Amino acid sequence: MVQERTLPVLQTSPAAITREEGLRVYEDMILGRFFEDKCAEMYYRGKMFGFVHLYNGQEAVASGVIKAMRSDDYVCSTYRDHVHALSAGVPPNQVMAELFGKATGCSKGRGGSMHLFSAEHRLLGGFAFVAEGIPIATGAALQTKYRREALHDASADQVTACFFGDGASNNGQFFECLNMAALWKLPILFVVENNKWAIGMAHDRATSDTEIYKKAKAFGMHGVEVDGMDVLAVRTVAQEAVARARAGEGPTLIEALTYRFRGHSLADPDELRSKEEKDFWFSRDPIKKLAAYLIEQDLAKEKDLKAIEKKIQIAIDDAVTFAESSPEPDPSELHHYIFAD
Amino acid sequence: MAEVLMFNALRAAIDEEMARDETVFVMGEDVGQYGGSYKVTKGLYEKYGEMRVLDTPIAENSFTGMAIGAAMTGLRPIIEGMNMGFLLLAFNQISNNAGMLRYTSGGNFKIPIVIRGPGGVGRQLGAEHSQRLEAYFQAVPGLKIVACSTTYNAKGLLKAAIRDPNPVLFFEHVLLYNLKEDLPDQEYLLPLDKAEIVRPGKDVTILTYSRMRHHVLQAVKTLEKSGFDPEVIDLISLKPLDMEAIAASVQKTHRVIIVEECMKTGGIGAELTASINDQLFDELDAPVLRLSSQDIPTPYNGTLENLTIVQPTQIVEAVQKMVALRV
Repeated sequence: MVQERTLPVLQTSPAAITREEGLRVYEDMILGRFFEDKCAEMYYRGKMFGFVHLYNGQEAVASGVIKAMRSDDYVCSTYRDHVHALSAGVPPNQVMAELFGKATGCSKGRGGSMHLFSAEHRLLGGFAFVAEGIPIATGAALQTKYRREALHDASADQVTACFFGDGASNNGQFFECLNMAALWKLPILFVVENNKWAIGMAHDRATSDTEIYKKAKAFGMHGVEVDGMDVLAVRTVAQEAVARARAGEGPTLIEALTYRFRGHSLADPDELRSKEEKDFWFSRDPIKKLAAYLIEQDLAKEKDLKAIEKKIQIAIDDAVTFAESSPEPDPSELHHYIFAD
Repeated sequence: MAEVLMFNALRAAIDEEMARDETVFVMGEDVGQYGGSYKVTKGLYEKYGEMRVLDTPIAENSFTGMAIGAAMTGLRPIIEGMNMGFLLLAFNQISNNAGMLRYTSGGNFKIPIVIRGPGGVGRQLGAEHSQRLEAYFQAVPGLKIVACSTTYNAKGLLKAAIRDPNPVLFFEHVLLYNLKEDLPDQEYLLPLDKAEIVRPGKDVTILTYSRMRHHVLQAVKTLEKSGFDPEVIDLISLKPLDMEAIAASVQKTHRVIIVEECMKTGGIGAELTASINDQLFDELDAPVLRLSSQDIPTPYNGTLENLTIVQPTQIVEAVQKMVALRV
């Protein structure tokens, strides 16, 4: 078992969350979890194909960050993108239909699991190669600064959240973009979801200094580590980073310590991670943690949470029905979308 | 009409488009304060400021990706490859994200981006600075690839490339920046997808692009003296190929010689030859002949370098042989 880092305890007390916000975040996490469980089922039933990377266990990161942002902010993801897309507001029907390869999918059946896009929901992608989304997200942040400063558009205060994993943090694009984002004070959050494993490569076998958030310091950037299994801690850190970015004070590198509850993809035999390690992290399930907090703080009753779970289960079932009944892309449109007119 | 150098014509194209559309901006290495390594952006930093003429660190893959991200969110970036060869370091972003992302996203995003700069074999610049990336990039779906060759077409094509809603790789040639030509005073744009008939003729169709156009024209001067009448077509668009113009010419001459600066293997001529064989085989009286650079890294030594690329005498000989000997 890889030596566990001591999970950080948030030094400042988490910003109080209202019942309404707490339930909204809970619903978002349940949506992510149930959606992914349904994907596994559909994959094994032969309804979706290719490489499918599920997000189970990491929900606190997507929900904690994206639900602290506005709907006109930008989100950029990786190949493990279903739940970022859902948190960004892409309807589950469109995501499920994309995974089924249908014409009604958010990428019209051309993208698949690793290439989810939605201009309407400001989802920049779905990037299948490790780290290649980081420059794209940094470019979206540059665009916001450009509108504000070169085009004098005072309303241009959008923030971009760029998600990637510990594996990407060893890639040149990570360092190059940290440099430029800090240099130009771009409104961006670099969110590293450190789930300890890049497929079969343990983080500490690939990385000379394993504490990724500390690398921000080399660029004169704010860097913070956070318990990625604690959605309220992630949310608090994200709120601070978003406020800083929106105020034109530049980027933040957030390292969320998290864990994927499943293999790298549904094709991964997952033979290298020990039972002991998995059990350690399973016991920190972020959804259970939030549920306990909401009940303990008297923000919700058990029945409120059950009602949300029931509602989401229905939405997921609807998404499958929608995907199954949706048309295949029209073969005569094979060449559509190569060029814009 | 005013006599203009090519690098100034390119600058005027950028300047006019930046003045016309405030979402157009330039980014790259030394494009701002330094004015560009070949002075194509000289003076624009002073005129438009540091956001619109953005000097970047030396991080090709990342700043190319950033330009793509900016294009996806509504801006129209022009990237200067200080030397187009450096963009090998940005191959992933150009291929996966400039070329393929619109399709992969099912049309969610447009990528209006121009990636321009000096390519080709210069004078003893060594192998890495003498690359012809058009050959490497031609297989990437979703890219348009354009090569300018005269001061006139450089300006009109670059303006059109900047206005195009798609990613355009725009190849200038390192040895053509000082070409001079009288340019019209009024604005003009040229189509990105049309070949240019440089010299009409009836004996043989010579297909060429970029600097080799000028080698071909040198050869044509010699050939004309012995009564040969070749048709010279500058491809301009290397992707997609203007097969309509090529077909019209081949139907007239029935013979094709391709003169290119890229290497023979997997080159533009290889694709052209295959397309001509596919579509125009019955029109041909002789196999398509390719005059290409040698399949070697471009050597530093001047004599060896000259032996690497096609020289006008080789073009003369090839035309004489194909036309006079009827092969």
